[in-house]
Amino acid sequence: MSVQPPRLQEDATTVASTVAHLIPPAPRPARRPVKRFAGASVNLLYVPALALFAVFTVYPLVSGVRLSFTDWDGYSPSWSWIGWSNYARLFTDATFRSVLLTTFVYGIGSTLVQQVLGLGLALALDGKVRGRSAAKAIIYLPVLVSPIVMGTFYYLLFQYDNGALNDVVVALGGERHAWLSTAASGVTIIVIVNSIQFVGTSMIIYLAGLQSISPEYTEAAMLDGANAWQRFWTVTLPLLQPAFATSIILNLIGGLKLFDVIQVLTGGGPGTATSSVSTLIGTTYFANQAAGYSAAMGVALFLIIAILTVLANAALNRRRLEQQ
Amino acid sequence: MTTTTRTVTPSTPRPLTWIPNSLVAVFVLVMVVLQMLPFYVALTTSLKAKTDLSSQLIFPTKALIVENFVQAATQGGIFRAMLNSVLVAGVSTALVCILGALAAYPLARRATSLNRAVLTLNVGLMMVPALSILVPLYSLLSQMRALNTYWGVILVMVTTSLPLAIFLYSAFMRSLPVSVEEAARIDGASLFQSLFYVIIPMLKPVTATVGIVTGVGVWNEYALSGYILTTPETRTIAPAIASFFSIQSSNLPAAAAAALIAVVPIVVVYLFLQKYFVRGLVGAEKG
Repeated sequence: MSVQPPRLQEDATTVASTVAHLIPPAPRPARRPVKRFAGASVNLLYVPALALFAVFTVYPLVSGVRLSFTDWDGYSPSWSWIGWSNYARLFTDATFRSVLLTTFVYGIGSTLVQQVLGLGLALALDGKVRGRSAAKAIIYLPVLVSPIVMGTFYYLLFQYDNGALNDVVVALGGERHAWLSTAASGVTIIVIVNSIQFVGTSMIIYLAGLQSISPEYTEAAMLDGANAWQRFWTVTLPLLQPAFATSIILNLIGGLKLFDVIQVLTGGGPGTATSSVSTLIGTTYFANQAAGYSAAMGVALFLIIAILTVLANAALNRRRLEQQ
Repeated sequence: MTTTTRTVTPSTPRPLTWIPNSLVAVFVLVMVVLQMLPFYVALTTSLKAKTDLSSQLIFPTKALIVENFVQAATQGGIFRAMLNSVLVAGVSTALVCILGALAAYPLARRATSLNRAVLTLNVGLMMVPALSILVPLYSLLSQMRALNTYWGVILVMVTTSLPLAIFLYSAFMRSLPVSVEEAARIDGASLFQSLFYVIIPMLKPVTATVGIVTGVGVWNEYALSGYILTTPETRTIAPAIASFFSIQSSNLPAAAAAALIAVVPIVVVYLFLQKYFVRGLVGAEKG
């Protein structure tokens, strides 16, 4: 066995446990489970946090549910209860239906692209590759930049008049295309821009996953005569299960909530062709003055994300149990 | 021969050895170029006059101009927005670290059913989409006269960042040994003394993570602050860029310059604190 450089080892373990438990490693593990170490008065310490939650998250959530049963317009002092009408409207509203579909395209599309590219990059940059630190740092950088800023940059690439993409198209003898004002290409571009910006997160999660796989497994498979493809398919991929779960759930939630980058690139248009539920909530409240209806959309979005997260979590964790 | 299950072996071959190295290198190179392309195009655009219609893929051949950056600073108020962001992100991050660490302590050290319920609520709050609470939150803030105020946006940012912070702190504290605290208690320290003199000094690594995740998150936040902050005096960087961009959509060079200025602090901090960023990575995508 070769001697490991200690710093590298420490860093990798750090990443691995960050991803596995979302926490950096503690100095030493707990000796035994703790129960009632402290008296009830210690609970006072979380009162400030709970007070903030109550005022700025729970109250708005509850009040949003209440609003969703009214026809309030957002500013006038008078409003009336209209029962389930806003929710019934969600089911008949063709605009909401197509926006919901687009939102799923954002969520599922981004998740797919990010897993393929993120896992590909992790596999490529795992092990000794020259310049891999620099490559990782550059690929990760956009994760830290505001989607508003990245969206502004990407607008310069895809815009009609002097956009970089159209310049290439014209140079190759083609005609300028209005990339951002056609529904299909607008949606595709938003999926790509969102996936590429956050591909660094998936890459790091998979890199940590790969580094937590003991080489003994691969070596054992090698001794059993498995070829490279078989080793990848039967040893590496199944052992990446926790990384898959973390990355897929993060990307799915991120894609379903998508808001910022749409605002900058297309504003949700043309019409509502590239809108997500999030941007539609903003438009419905601030432009169409339908506060009650937009509150109903907010409740629906929360329920959709909560249900899908719980389902995805259950499905991905069940698969992990089966392997053990 | 000290091989543990979590050891990095740089000598282990890549899992997919049958793919030629050259192909792998091309793939990585393409991805690196793709990631740098938007930054490059923003740079060339911002250095050209509005009337210069040469392709933005080509570096400016005429004299470089600073006019766009001047416009971003004067008309876009980008520097004022950055100061606002420093204030809002700085205060929010400090509050989140303090309130998060305090709130996590009872959750990690007192496993009653009430506290388990609080932890579950905390995880549930992490899933609430910003736009789901936007409408009622906006009316609440307007009743409190908190729209376009620093304290209003700071309270909202602290509240939306706290669940992840509490989650990280309590998970970390649970992995700390109780024995040290017990020893302190036997020596006569009160519960709160042992918290302040024993636990809090041990929280440095997780505080780095929480601080970076919160700081970057608040610095970049747009979905809520874009509606809460609409005046040039209070706007933070993301709402300022979005607003300048929509007003100046015919003046893309100035918009590109504004967006570039906004990236500089992030890149500088990233270069110096890369080690800590690697730890805080995963949480950074919570927006």
